[in-house]
Amino acid sequence: MNAIDVHGLVKRFGDKTVVDHVTMSVAEGEIVGFLGPNGSGKTTTIRIMCGLLTADEGEGTVLGFNIRTESLRIKREVGYMTQKFSFYEDLTIGENLEFVARLYRLKPVEDYVAKTLEELGLTSRRNQLAGTLSGGWKQRLALAACIMHKPKLLLLDEPTAGVDPKARREFWDEIHRLAGGGLTVLVSTHYMDEAERCHRISYISYGKMLATGTVAEVVKNAGLTTFVVQGPQLAKLAQELHDRPGVDQVAPFGATLHVVGSDRKKLEAALAGVEKEHKGVTVAPGETSLEDVFIQFMSGSKDNMA
Amino acid sequence: MNGVFSFARLGALLIKEFIQMRRDRITFAMMLGVPLLQLVLFGFAINSDPKGLPTALVAMSNDQYTRAMVSALQVTGYYRFDHVTASAEEAEFLMARGDVSFVVTIPADFGRRVERGDNPQILIEADATDPSAASGAVSTLSTVASQALLRAQGMQAAAAENAKEQLQVVVHRRYNPEGISQYNIVPGLLGVILQMTMVMMTAMALTRETERGTMENLLAMPSSPAEIMLGKVLPFLVVGAVQVAVVLVAAKLLFDIPFVGSLTLLLSSVLVFVLSLVLLGYTISTMARSQMQAMQLTFFFFLPSLLLSGFMFPYRGMPGWAQALGEIFPLTHFLRITRAVMLKGADFHAIAAEIGWLVVFVLVFAGTALLRFRRTLD
Repeated sequence: MNAIDVHGLVKRFGDKTVVDHVTMSVAEGEIVGFLGPNGSGKTTTIRIMCGLLTADEGEGTVLGFNIRTESLRIKREVGYMTQKFSFYEDLTIGENLEFVARLYRLKPVEDYVAKTLEELGLTSRRNQLAGTLSGGWKQRLALAACIMHKPKLLLLDEPTAGVDPKARREFWDEIHRLAGGGLTVLVSTHYMDEAERCHRISYISYGKMLATGTVAEVVKNAGLTTFVVQGPQLAKLAQELHDRPGVDQVAPFGATLHVVGSDRKKLEAALAGVEKEHKGVTVAPGETSLEDVFIQFMSGSKDNMA
Repeated sequence: MNGVFSFARLGALLIKEFIQMRRDRITFAMMLGVPLLQLVLFGFAINSDPKGLPTALVAMSNDQYTRAMVSALQVTGYYRFDHVTASAEEAEFLMARGDVSFVVTIPADFGRRVERGDNPQILIEADATDPSAASGAVSTLSTVASQALLRAQGMQAAAAENAKEQLQVVVHRRYNPEGISQYNIVPGLLGVILQMTMVMMTAMALTRETERGTMENLLAMPSSPAEIMLGKVLPFLVVGAVQVAVVLVAAKLLFDIPFVGSLTLLLSSVLVFVLSLVLLGYTISTMARSQMQAMQLTFFFFLPSLLLSGFMFPYRGMPGWAQALGEIFPLTHFLRITRAVMLKGADFHAIAAEIGWLVVFVLVFAGTALLRFRRTLD
């Protein structure tokens, strides 16, 4: 049985279709990255899965429970970490955890709270108001609070936005440790390096699921060709290359330019004369990165936010 | 000049404010609609010299003098004889329950005494819990009654002044013989103070969660709408209990308000009243989108309930439609209960109907809140 099995999910707000026939399945114990630009429907999809929103169309199960009729059972078995810190800033760390433990009827409350505080390394700060914590600590507190009731599925909505690299690293180590223990994780993110830490990724744009698979599969299936251009005065060259037929993207990466196109022949033709026209410039075949693929997806899909 | 003040920048700020004002529909509607509504409502409803007050007539006989008396009182416009009875006990009960403001008693030997010129008397008992309500009616009494009697005897109206002493109108101001207005105001304040704090605090209940973003988390965890509702409102029952204790002690110590009824009865009705208030506040919080809106809705509710409940102006003085409107405020019923229990010593039987109303409010508000509560963020 898959932890998540939903198909044909549609959610409209007014006349805007925010989630447009999204189908998704996540196997047990898998870490799936949910990627897509801002406003692409990631949060809405996650909210539908944990019963916070009702889908206009589509069916599915989460942990074997129907998303339409059994949302209360789903809520008991799922840990959902919201995008924005949504615990009580005017309660202390300890009081927040006690509140959560009591809502899930974890007994004895004190044992669960003490254990969680110890794992977090927050025992000494138990009586500190949650609102005074830094971004990284808030995120750790939120994660700890939503795994306290030992959920089978973790839904994380941009958990590492605004968190420093070290805290992010520790966060991901924790996610992998939990997944090793059999927990299924669906995590939405903007960060490419985080996408590469997932077993599989799903890419959604303007409500439509555009690609799904391992990172290598997604890159390969995108069918893009990339050349790396090196040399002087790249900014000017980038402008020039951008207008040539067959060139879809020109992106500076440090001292190089990544030139990406979906049609290999056209792209080669576009770059054919570059080395001769510009002194000191070299063109070499490069590897298409996940980011190149996403930028390609984003420019290719129509904006429905306007 | 450019650095200190620019009309262009002021213009930018003004435009932005008007756009925001227009976006916030509820506030906008309130700014335009509420003043008009309230002006019309209160302008027509409030009357500090009430007429057509319900009156019970205890008539022992039905002779021409009795009839002349009754019609004369009716003609003043102050008295409306709703209940005619021969039993003083029944009239007493009607007044305790607040169904009538006056009881006019015309003794059986009234006609005989008039004819004999033997110092005839009529008794008018006024419900003086609200001294201002009865004052107009009482002040016109004596002249009107004497003139009516003289007319009935076939004498000239001109001679009325001379013969004034002939009729004795005995006025009893019941429950508050000295006409002390604190006796009316202080028990009422108990209701008003409770309403102010209870409704306002609970009206913020859900909007605060929504504004702080904690609502999403609360909904994602396993808690049912009824649990959330009771979790929000029950703490305020405790706050309400403290307020009740403070007001009652102050009423006794500072204002020396008589307390003739049963304390248990009063406290149990306070409990039902507070429950209806916190549930009303909670219902408001399921409608408002922000704490600001919750605040505005509370005030929108607050002013009419203050003016139409009989707290500030005599309830009986309002036209029928305004009285009907007054019935939809828990405060109206609670005021009748506190005044009846504290000043008149009413028992459960006398205020059962009012308590029944409060129970209905509790059920209606709780039901509405549960129906309106969104388990999802849709």
